[in-house]
Amino acid sequence: MSFKLFMLLVQACGWTIVISSISIVLGLLLGTVVSAAMQSSQRAVSLAGRTFVSFFRGAPLLVQLLLIYNLLPMLGLNVPSMVAAIIGLSLCTAAYQAENLRGGFASVPQGLLEAADMLGLTPFQQFWRIRAPIALRMTLPALTNEAIMILKASSLVSVVGVVELTRMAQDLSASTFKPLPLYAAAALLYLVINTVVSVGANRLEGSFRWGVKA
Amino acid sequence: MTFDFDLIASAGPELLRAGGVTLLIWLAGTLAAVVLGFFVAIGRRYGPPTLDKGLRAYVDLIRGTPFLIQLFLLYYGGPFIGLTLDPVPAGLFGLAVYGAAYFSEIFRAGFESVPRGHVEAAECLGLTRVQIVGRILVPEMTVLVLPPMVNMVIVLLKETAVLSIITVPELTFQVSSLGSANYAFVEALFLLACFYWALVEICGNLGRLAEARLSRFGLKNA
Repeated sequence: MSFKLFMLLVQACGWTIVISSISIVLGLLLGTVVSAAMQSSQRAVSLAGRTFVSFFRGAPLLVQLLLIYNLLPMLGLNVPSMVAAIIGLSLCTAAYQAENLRGGFASVPQGLLEAADMLGLTPFQQFWRIRAPIALRMTLPALTNEAIMILKASSLVSVVGVVELTRMAQDLSASTFKPLPLYAAAALLYLVINTVVSVGANRLEGSFRWGVKA
Repeated sequence: MTFDFDLIASAGPELLRAGGVTLLIWLAGTLAAVVLGFFVAIGRRYGPPTLDKGLRAYVDLIRGTPFLIQLFLLYYGGPFIGLTLDPVPAGLFGLAVYGAAYFSEIFRAGFESVPRGHVEAAECLGLTRVQIVGRILVPEMTVLVLPPMVNMVIVLLKETAVLSIITVPELTFQVSSLGSANYAFVEALFLLACFYWALVEICGNLGRLAEARLSRFGLKNA
């Protein structure tokens, strides 16, 4: 495989990273909302939250992506396939992150919330200043896991025509008839990205010891 | 937006067969992955250091790369090294090799959770390695590895959908071709998602039931 082909793959990595990062961040925001909904005292709201999590964890991501990719135009939303892909990945990861956050929120000591109550913090302040930061810190290892899952799952968006790493490897092997080295190189690049993420996250966890002890 | 369910009804028999393919590939692939993963875990624990290193590289490689890329390597790259497989055997093989890496890690963690003293006692009593694995390690860790195993079985069910990309005639593949032939994709895909969803929920509940039934046999204070 020539250097030129390899560089094309490396460039395509950029899109893999961009799509994954945006999805992780959007998924985290949506996941926070969903996990709050799941714990709501209103029956309908918590049922909606739980149904969301159950559905997006129960159906294969590929089917979700195909569904969203085909559903959006039917609803009159003609968005680029990149946007559909990011929506699909974000919804799916939000369900997993909501579950992780639920565990994190459950680990926030009751005493801290009582103290916040005493100090007169509003529920909104309590959420964003006490509960959310502590829960996030507790969820960090699971979040790393999820980031790596999404990096790998982003290969599926090649199916809806987004040219990221997998799609680039596919296109190049179709035009050069060299699938073996191209897919091997793509696999290697995924491995490198994932290793960087997991090593970086371990460092971050190490330097991120503030908050409550588990 | 109108839902065209007649179309799905008329394709019924075809979809039923494809559903059967999905279930068969899932069950056979999972079984092969569990067995293979078990031997990988055993090889890493009792094998020579070189075997451990080699198996570790395999596990890291599989866990660090997307399943789709692994399938492409196998299905499109395989023929270049003399490994030409039809879609179904390729899919089965891919699923087994993929799942085995994860199952081996589950078993490894399970082995490590069995108290050393139990293994030492068995050694003192003169049990062979096979006996130690079969009579001490496996029974003691079964309850502990059950939840992650159920999880992985569910993951593999969902990964069977990815096999449609290398044209394995399973349910997702059949629904995709139905959709592209009739422009009634969304309702078919929605039903497909619900099919997987129901199956995953059933598996998860069966897993919890088994967990509750077996928990009294588990390690105490582990």
